[in-house]
Amino acid sequence: MTRVEENKEGIKGMANPTRYGIERVAYLLMRLTGLGLLVYFVAHIAETSSILQGKVAWDEMLALTQTTGGHIILALVIGMCVFHTVNGIRVMLGHGGIGVGTPGRLDYPYKPPSQNARHKIAIYSSIVLAAIAMMYGLAVMFGE
Amino acid sequence: MAAQSTQISKPTSIPASKYVTLRISKFNPKKESSPKFIDFKVPYQKWTTVLDAILHVKQNLDHSIGVRYSCRQASCGSCGMKINGRPALACFTKIIELNSDVITVEPMNNFPIIRDLVVGFERMFSTHKKIKPYIIREDSEITPGTKEFLQTPEEVEKYIQFSNCIKCGLCNSVCPTMATDSSFVGPQALAQAYRYIADTRDKGKKDRLKIIDDSHGIWRCHFAGSCSQVCPKGVDPAMGIQLLRGYLLGFRS
Repeated sequence: MTRVEENKEGIKGMANPTRYGIERVAYLLMRLTGLGLLVYFVAHIAETSSILQGKVAWDEMLALTQTTGGHIILALVIGMCVFHTVNGIRVMLGHGGIGVGTPGRLDYPYKPPSQNARHKIAIYSSIVLAAIAMMYGLAVMFGE
Repeated sequence: MAAQSTQISKPTSIPASKYVTLRISKFNPKKESSPKFIDFKVPYQKWTTVLDAILHVKQNLDHSIGVRYSCRQASCGSCGMKINGRPALACFTKIIELNSDVITVEPMNNFPIIRDLVVGFERMFSTHKKIKPYIIREDSEITPGTKEFLQTPEEVEKYIQFSNCIKCGLCNSVCPTMATDSSFVGPQALAQAYRYIADTRDKGKKDRLKIIDDSHGIWRCHFAGSCSQVCPKGVDPAMGIQLLRGYLLGFRS
């Protein structure tokens, strides 16, 4: 059965963060930062392997990272790294069944225990920490 | 003998109806290539549900609307659909709660459309069946000489929440993994796997963990939690899945 026949929303639906709360935003950011860090990892290997082509090539590559564009990319990498790490710890603990609440009889209106305040605080903290780390990184790179 | 008459007193005042535009997705995959929306002006009161409004259209304005429903009290799980972009039970959603002059109803995502608002549940029922949704053990309560399998209230609390599942499919329709992966077991079946594993009468834990420990099984869940947010019965599939994964990761025994 094709996706059209199954009425699937596909990537567009998967990546839509406007519905179902901050948890869905965290879900999307986790995917994007994961992909971003993977790209950075590959680029970083390419960057450091330039040393094999001699000192001139290495210096040229280093100079590239000292440009405004290079600084912005590094700041983004810092932000992605911090968000992915902090939110990753939240998700890993959740995956082990830690902090997802306890099963029980719920009363209407039902509030799912797994979507609790601890998780929301952890998600917002990940975003705030990533923003702070990015600002600090930008201050260091662009500052004297 | 004087004839007895029963008089039903009329309410002193009937609130005046307001009107809402109900935008219904019409689509027959066998005859048409894409869905189209048709607008209907529908009267509503403060107690009118989306299902009432659809049935008003079906009765008075367009008999051809395809809709599935049964109990009208959020017990049968038949009338799940996308209401203003969010999956919900039509019988459990009041028009007044939506705070909108236009209500758009569409079939749920991640299910094949049969016609208009009706989707096919075959795949969900087959994945549900796949995880063995019944107590597995060698002896039985009906075996002569066997007594009822007793449970403490605390043991019941561990799974009772998950036994409220009405198989409406709302959780599967919002799951971001199901939006892209046609082979994913889905939150409905995974939550039910937990329901039976957590039941102290059940001895099928090993079998079920083996079934869900698959590349398109439990590991595809990334804890987005949307399934729990739309569940009309408070089942919280996301919690069940994470607790279930705790068994596989060794956090729980």
